[in-house]
Amino acid sequence: MSRRFDGNRIKDKVFQWFGIACTLFGLLMLAVFLISVLKEGIPRLNAQFFTSLPSRKPEEAGILIPLFGTIWIMVLTSLVAIPLGVASGIYLEEYGKKNRLAALIEINITNLAGVPSIIYGLLALEIFVRILGLGKSLLAGSLTLALLILPIIIVATREALKAVPKTIREASYALGATKWQTTWFQVLPASSGGIVTGVILAISRAIGETAPLIVIGAMLYITTIPSSPMDDFSVLPIQIFNWLSRPQKGFIINATAAIIVLLAITFILNGIAIYLRNRWQKKVKW
Amino acid sequence: MKTKERIIEWVLLLCAGVSILTTAGILWVLISESSVFFSRVPITQFLFDKQWTPLFDDKHFGIMSLVAGTMLTSFIAVGVALPIGLTIAVYLNEYAPKSFRKTIKPVLEILAAIPTVVYGFFALMVVTPFLQGIFPQMGGFNALSPGIVMGIMIIPMISSLSEDALYAVPTSLREASYGIGASRFQTSFRVLVPAASSGIIVSVILAISRAIGETMIVAIAAGQQPRLTFNPFVPVETITTYIVQVSLGDVVQGSLEYQTIFAAGIALFVLTFILNNISFYIKKKFQEKYE
Repeated sequence: MSRRFDGNRIKDKVFQWFGIACTLFGLLMLAVFLISVLKEGIPRLNAQFFTSLPSRKPEEAGILIPLFGTIWIMVLTSLVAIPLGVASGIYLEEYGKKNRLAALIEINITNLAGVPSIIYGLLALEIFVRILGLGKSLLAGSLTLALLILPIIIVATREALKAVPKTIREASYALGATKWQTTWFQVLPASSGGIVTGVILAISRAIGETAPLIVIGAMLYITTIPSSPMDDFSVLPIQIFNWLSRPQKGFIINATAAIIVLLAITFILNGIAIYLRNRWQKKVKW
Repeated sequence: MKTKERIIEWVLLLCAGVSILTTAGILWVLISESSVFFSRVPITQFLFDKQWTPLFDDKHFGIMSLVAGTMLTSFIAVGVALPIGLTIAVYLNEYAPKSFRKTIKPVLEILAAIPTVVYGFFALMVVTPFLQGIFPQMGGFNALSPGIVMGIMIIPMISSLSEDALYAVPTSLREASYGIGASRFQTSFRVLVPAASSGIIVSVILAISRAIGETMIVAIAAGQQPRLTFNPFVPVETITTYIVQVSLGDVVQGSLEYQTIFAAGIALFVLTFILNNISFYIKKKFQEKYE
């Protein structure tokens, strides 16, 4: 009896250590990876790297153009995706709760969230690039990414709206406010923390996307900074992909340096999102 | 006032309608372009031919070699992510102190936030050379390395979804198990994991679906050679990589090569659509069971 008991205790302990090991495995991989990137890339991060155009010589090439492309994409995608996503979330959560159309939209959004990103690229290639004639422009790329992150923003908006207690809405109605006044002046401000967090995470996802932009034909090699939404463009992930597919060692080093820049942007955005989420969760105690 | 309210409601509805348009657009684009493809290439060849060589002179259109590459990398990924992710879920749920759990979860989620092109670099430049040290016969492009890296990427997906499922198991079951003297290990694997099995299966199916649709990691590290093999050491090509490969080249719009990416796209869409819907179905049944 006591031996069996001991066996179970040992199994229990062994699994506990195994659990710790598995949890640390992920972190260890992250660390190995970050160190290998930083070690190669940091020496390459000088002023020249940020201010240079693409070049055939790795030591003269820089990320000026893809960096501008990424900033453009970030702004344009936000302009399209945030209003559309938040408005859809409001409709589904506040207005269309019971009707069949809303139910259909809901199933639809869950399905869209599972569609591989490259499929959005095929959609955009046919509709934005060819039928609407937008070409391989920033606008076409931003619309593509906006559609891609729409489900994320909608789901985050709905979660945030759901967390606002009924009493707030009822108090507003009792004062004679209309549905929209209640939503705009009471519910939306109360849920803003959650919505902003979701939006930032979605945008961070958008700027890391590569595949759909390759499919619409975003240029690997352009030599002017885009100055309008109709210009051709490149973004950091595409530049990284391009450099990775070259045989010269110098381009691989460039790729690691560009990865550091991309990761820095991603981590800053995620950090802000996590910070806002924690602050919002602490502040709001209904 | 009333008209203004109605207008606002309509505007909001229109915005929500964009998602329906997106789905309709995806279906229309995939079906219309690939129907032209299937009028030129018989569907039996698409499904049963063993070769995929649309860009060569001797053209074959057998999607199975791309599906094989896709499945191989995806199964390797899930083979890595499932044991690790599930162990993490059980550990965080039953063993770990609350404070540890609270700090470790957001850190693990960083793994899911890293752009995939960056994982591609990791697979090509770090994992492949490391594995070549162990398996000298392995090619510079192969299925194993991107598969493992994809697995690392989807660990947080499996661990957090599985943890939610374990967490949702009623406390009474847990207490009953401890009450009859079971250890944490026995409670976890004989009570909690079976009780949460549907949620865990959902997490695995969604992870497979995610891996099937993943593009950049395999495009960078798995190579571009479609072949019907389950050998993890040789270069393969996935459906997504093929679409990237064609998009990078100068393929004339309206040509047969151009249409192949939509045919490949529809195969990818159908695969992920089926998996996603199986997971919704299981999830729905599972929710009914406990509520």
